[in-house]
Amino acid sequence: MKLHEYQSKRLFAAHGVPIPRGEVATTPEEARHIAEELGGPVVVKSQVLVGGRGKAGGIRLAQTPDEAEKVAGEILGMEIKGLPVRKVLLDEAADIRQEIYLGVVVDRAAHRPVMMASSEGGVEIEEVARTNPEAIKRVTIDPYLGLRSYQTLTLAKGIGLAGEHRRAFDRIARGLYQAFLAYDASLAEINPLIVTAGGELLAVDGKMVLDDNGLFRHPDLAQMRDVDEETPTEREAREAGLSYVQLDGEIGCMVNGAGLAMATMDITKHFGGAPANFLDIGGGAKAERVATALRLILADPNVKAVLFNIFGGITRCDEVARGVLAALDEIRPTVPVVVRLVGTNEAEGRAVLEQSEYEMLTAATLAEAAQKAVAAARGDQQLAVSS
Amino acid sequence: MAILVDKNTRLLVQGITGREGEFHSQQMIEYGTQVVAGVTPGKGGQWACDGRVPVFDTAAEAVAASEANTSVVYVPARFAADAILEAADAGIPLIVCITEGIPTQDMIRVRAYLDQKGVRLVGPNCPGLLSPGEAKVGIMPGHIATPGSVGVVSRSGTLTYEVVYALTMHGIGQTTCVGIGGDPIIGTTFVDVLEMFENDPLTEQVVLIGEIGGSDEERAARFIAERMTKPVVAFIAGRTAPPGKRMGHAGAIIEGGTGTAAEKIAAFEAVGVSVAEHPEQIPELVSS
Repeated sequence: MKLHEYQSKRLFAAHGVPIPRGEVATTPEEARHIAEELGGPVVVKSQVLVGGRGKAGGIRLAQTPDEAEKVAGEILGMEIKGLPVRKVLLDEAADIRQEIYLGVVVDRAAHRPVMMASSEGGVEIEEVARTNPEAIKRVTIDPYLGLRSYQTLTLAKGIGLAGEHRRAFDRIARGLYQAFLAYDASLAEINPLIVTAGGELLAVDGKMVLDDNGLFRHPDLAQMRDVDEETPTEREAREAGLSYVQLDGEIGCMVNGAGLAMATMDITKHFGGAPANFLDIGGGAKAERVATALRLILADPNVKAVLFNIFGGITRCDEVARGVLAALDEIRPTVPVVVRLVGTNEAEGRAVLEQSEYEMLTAATLAEAAQKAVAAARGDQQLAVSS
Repeated sequence: MAILVDKNTRLLVQGITGREGEFHSQQMIEYGTQVVAGVTPGKGGQWACDGRVPVFDTAAEAVAASEANTSVVYVPARFAADAILEAADAGIPLIVCITEGIPTQDMIRVRAYLDQKGVRLVGPNCPGLLSPGEAKVGIMPGHIATPGSVGVVSRSGTLTYEVVYALTMHGIGQTTCVGIGGDPIIGTTFVDVLEMFENDPLTEQVVLIGEIGGSDEERAARFIAERMTKPVVAFIAGRTAPPGKRMGHAGAIIEGGTGTAAEKIAAFEAVGVSVAEHPEQIPELVSS
């Protein structure tokens, strides 16, 4: 789950990271009041869960409360990479002398957290990794020892930070790591961390991604989930315990297991179609679960055919087939449905499907199923039946 | 011969009285695995699986009474990290964790502790291990596999079953099928398993099933180029996966433009590994 800039910065601040004075507005009038309160120039920053806000014109400077109101009004009406701007953050503008990147992520290969710093602040770290990888300094953190001051010193020297700022840098780095731990984050970053004209370090932008598996420990944070992070269908699926990702193709895929679901999406593409979604219905394939999943798939108007690909392992294919039939009876889809069952009791499963009065296409192999689904989605019933 | 689990495996089941734990314990016993003890705190003294398996409150008691040498964990996510640590402290050298949904930061601490103790973990969020005709530890359906000379290693569950079943249908048997799990932090990686298959005299070829996310496949490709003499066939799921979205598995995500299927396929092809276009091509590539 992603957090907004203002949410991330507040959580960092709770762990001793200095952030600019600022407040969130949802209307231009509120923005004006906040700018009056802050006094002096402010930065008006769109709060959307995508990168590249600055380039899109979603971060602008305002010298007066009047200007803040006007700028906030313009930004609040914007869409950035398809996401509507519903909130703006107004921060006291800072006089920037130096910009630094500082972040903590989970290093999968080292199976530990790693802290990264770069002298190229304000640029996305992936961009720096491509253009100037030497500029990124890293330290790996032992989970039992935590982040040590000699490590933050190594980072500070590595990025050429002047000696007078190293104590403040150490405090901020350790605060950031504490926040990363405290909220079960998979990413916590300050970009940029600035040195002001007055010689202070300040986190002017912040980002945090939380581990969904750790959210049970943070019910307060779970409530911060932004509605725009998921499509309505994705949210409904998550609430139903299904793993679903919306795509823009025309073949709705319903599969048990994540790896098999991806392989099923891939094979529709291989045969010239495009998947409309990723969907893992999990083990068991009970009728009720299949019905919910089918309803979600059919809610997408792009879907022109549905492909069921079910591997019966511990669950027997005939049981799965009865689940599929019950779901089809309940939902009565108007688009063609291709069903492929393989594994335990597959012959019995196919026999169950054949007895049904509901018209569906069956297939023995994944390749055959995908070809039939692709043909059916094109409206080529003839080909679909004969292939 | 097989890797990791075989006829000499003496299995402890953690979470044996839970719905999944008891069902799969029955299945493992029917397959011929020696299930010697179970653990469920508060249920010590009871018997599970129709009175065949004694239940203990703690892993230490279970190990003392049963001489278990392998453990399988079916404990719910929020308690699973503790269960793994408990098994390690009880002296179990091989722990297989089936549980999905364990917080990553729990696994970071668990992995650091196990490494220091020299304990091997397989998983979490994995289907377990199956050495056809010898033993099964986890949730893989036993009857889809058959003894033979191909080693299978995978980050996935049902996709693995699909491939194993296809191999079996083509008359190609397996030494051991290893599910390493779909989480970002796992105990045993592709490279670890490839090394075991390389050293296993009965394994003649290896099938590796990867997916988007992380760089474990790229490291496997380097290992194959530098150290392996046995042929490897690979398949990578997620060619059509969009960036930034988790595809079911916590670890299956393209982050910052890395971890794509294209990169992984290129890494394998660069070292001469055949990469299947779709799962049903794997048997042809193995037998050719």
